[in-house]
Amino acid sequence: MRIEINGGRVIDPAQSLDRVASVYIADGVISSVGTAPSGWRAERVIDASQCIVAPGLVDLAARLREPGLEHKATLESELAAAAAGGVTSLACPPDTDPPLDEPGLVEMLKHRARVISKAHVYPIGALTLGLRGEALTEMSELAEAGCVAFSNADMPMPDTQMLFRALQYAGTFGHRVWLRPQDAHLARGGVAHDGEVATRLGLPAIPVSAETIALATIATLVRETGVPVHLCRLSSAEGVAMVREAKAEGLPLTADVSAHHLHLCDVDIGWFDPQAHLMPPLRGTRDRDALRAAVVDGTIDAICSDHAPVDDDGKQVPFGEAEPGATGLELLLPLTLKWATEMNVPLMRALATLTTAPAAIIGIEPPTFRTGSRADCCIFGATDHWTVSRASLCSQGKNTPFLGLDVPGRIYYTLLAGHVVHERADRATAARP
Amino acid sequence: MGASRNPQLNASGDLTHLLTLEGLPADVITHILDTAEPFASISEREVKKVPLLRGKAVFNLFFENSTRTRTTFEIAAKRLSADVINLNIGASSTSKGETLLDTVDNLCAMDADLFVVRHAQSGAPHLIASHLAAMKRSDVHVVNAGDGRHSHPTQGLLDLYTIRHYKRDFRELTVAIVGDVLHSRVARSLIHGLTTMQTPDVRVIAPRTLLPSRVEALGVHVHNDMHEGLRDCDVVVMLRLQSERMKGALLPSAGEYFKHYGLTADKLAAAKPDAIVMHPGPMNRGVEIDSAVADGDRSVILPQVTFGIAVRMAVLSIIASN
Repeated sequence: MRIEINGGRVIDPAQSLDRVASVYIADGVISSVGTAPSGWRAERVIDASQCIVAPGLVDLAARLREPGLEHKATLESELAAAAAGGVTSLACPPDTDPPLDEPGLVEMLKHRARVISKAHVYPIGALTLGLRGEALTEMSELAEAGCVAFSNADMPMPDTQMLFRALQYAGTFGHRVWLRPQDAHLARGGVAHDGEVATRLGLPAIPVSAETIALATIATLVRETGVPVHLCRLSSAEGVAMVREAKAEGLPLTADVSAHHLHLCDVDIGWFDPQAHLMPPLRGTRDRDALRAAVVDGTIDAICSDHAPVDDDGKQVPFGEAEPGATGLELLLPLTLKWATEMNVPLMRALATLTTAPAAIIGIEPPTFRTGSRADCCIFGATDHWTVSRASLCSQGKNTPFLGLDVPGRIYYTLLAGHVVHERADRATAARP
Repeated sequence: MGASRNPQLNASGDLTHLLTLEGLPADVITHILDTAEPFASISEREVKKVPLLRGKAVFNLFFENSTRTRTTFEIAAKRLSADVINLNIGASSTSKGETLLDTVDNLCAMDADLFVVRHAQSGAPHLIASHLAAMKRSDVHVVNAGDGRHSHPTQGLLDLYTIRHYKRDFRELTVAIVGDVLHSRVARSLIHGLTTMQTPDVRVIAPRTLLPSRVEALGVHVHNDMHEGLRDCDVVVMLRLQSERMKGALLPSAGEYFKHYGLTADKLAAAKPDAIVMHPGPMNRGVEIDSAVADGDRSVILPQVTFGIAVRMAVLSIIASN
């Protein structure tokens, strides 16, 4: 299939390219940008005028809920959501049921994803068996099956000796380790940030020290072992400051933040809105502002969706009993664009937090428009607004604190290895300034 | 972010649910207390009933055990001539698979007019109220009878009633709330009530393990020392200490707690000579309060219970009339 994308503004962070040009795709790879290859005859022409043509987005945390949690979502529904969100590569955390702690599960997941073929799926293997934090998994076997990194997902590692050994072992074979910094004990039983809002509402609280103590532990072990660690979902100003300092010291650390936490804080819980029950908890406005600034200055490398489809039964209960999480794949780009606009961040830089930076963390080739690269890309109207509603989401998880919010960033087309995996019928009629 | 509107007032500002005292205007609180005054004297009459809620079905929906609160709500509703149905659901219903909102829908189908709800989770009555709004059942009302650590508004109101009865003007008082503020919905409700009524000095007295973080943001002064905290107080409100919290990570023992924070005649001497002593009940004698004080002439603990019925009658009748 030869596809020609015409008239769009091509932004490619991998080669700092930003110009209006046509993109020529043949046999699933980029043939050229700007000038048509000799003898070019397109089989399909996509009009991208007044749109951004960007490499496909890379998401560091998308729960697809398979295996075992199909009542919340399926690979079919969530990979469709990825395509609708312009996400062409995604890492999925191991917190499935059972967790991704043995190669058969990983192979099945990879196989199913290949058959559906709407996004490239990169499983994160469980760092410990059953995510229980007691025994190491067979990391090499899991890596051979397709795991790109190892993590204990949202389950904390209460045993520091176990964490130390896990880093040593993973480091021996060059496996990547991703950790969400949260102290198991200080976070126990908590459902909201330890601050004024939790005090007012009488919600069991999670102090910021749950994050900073875990960060201090991780930084110490990284310093001792030299094993690089990716820090998942920073949530606090103090945490950001510690990561900034550790990076300045030269520790091999990277970090991400969920797109939700760039916009929301504990005040958004309102009167117990279960949609705002997220993990890590939404913290104070000061924390949110620090997270927003940390992505600008590079302390935080990447923005992720922290996609966690939750069914209605999981949310139509009192706040403390509600399942944490929100659907995010289709909001990743809009929420990042909203952050970029509000912080005066250029589009090139904003897109780097969704493409080159997360690709480097996963350890894959960054998506790009270089000739010969795999043709993963998305075409969107950066200033076309839409209203988030249950009906507007492809994900089976319809729960998000942004329901009813007007957001920028309409994705019209997503191409995966040269195939159109998402297109919006309203592209021709969409109102643009 | 649809749950941000104050959900207990309707479009014209009338009370349609009672979920929390936070954000409730002072004139609404005063109206409730004033409405309770004549009800308080009903108990002295030969015929104790009034027909204000005749034909209305009040469901006492208790997901957490309670004797006193449920009984006083039942008496209040019966004195208003309502039909009262008690449901002690406990923890077992959720294990049977019925969700809180399923239960509510079923009872709505039985023509419930008013739910009196107690639940172990903070915010459960708010969830029910927003569900009723989504189902367009503005004819069905919710009264919070205690949710988790969050709120116990009728207790807060009966405490205000008691304070007003003995002390008249809220704007001249010093009130100390002593004990497990961290887990106490009673404390949160009374704090909101008192600050709304412009009480200038509301104090909380507790060890740091029993205080939530940033509690001063609620408008209280924090004391860790009993003698200092009780100095020149007009009102002393003792909180119940749950037995499971007496030994462990929060406190070493009931004995040591009593030594520091148990209200004795000696400690009470720091308060004003005419200070009153309150307790929401049930009391742990010898843990948070000494029997000599609990039964002493400054204790208004039993009048609180009596006033509680009048205040609940006021709340039920006001909500049902809106």
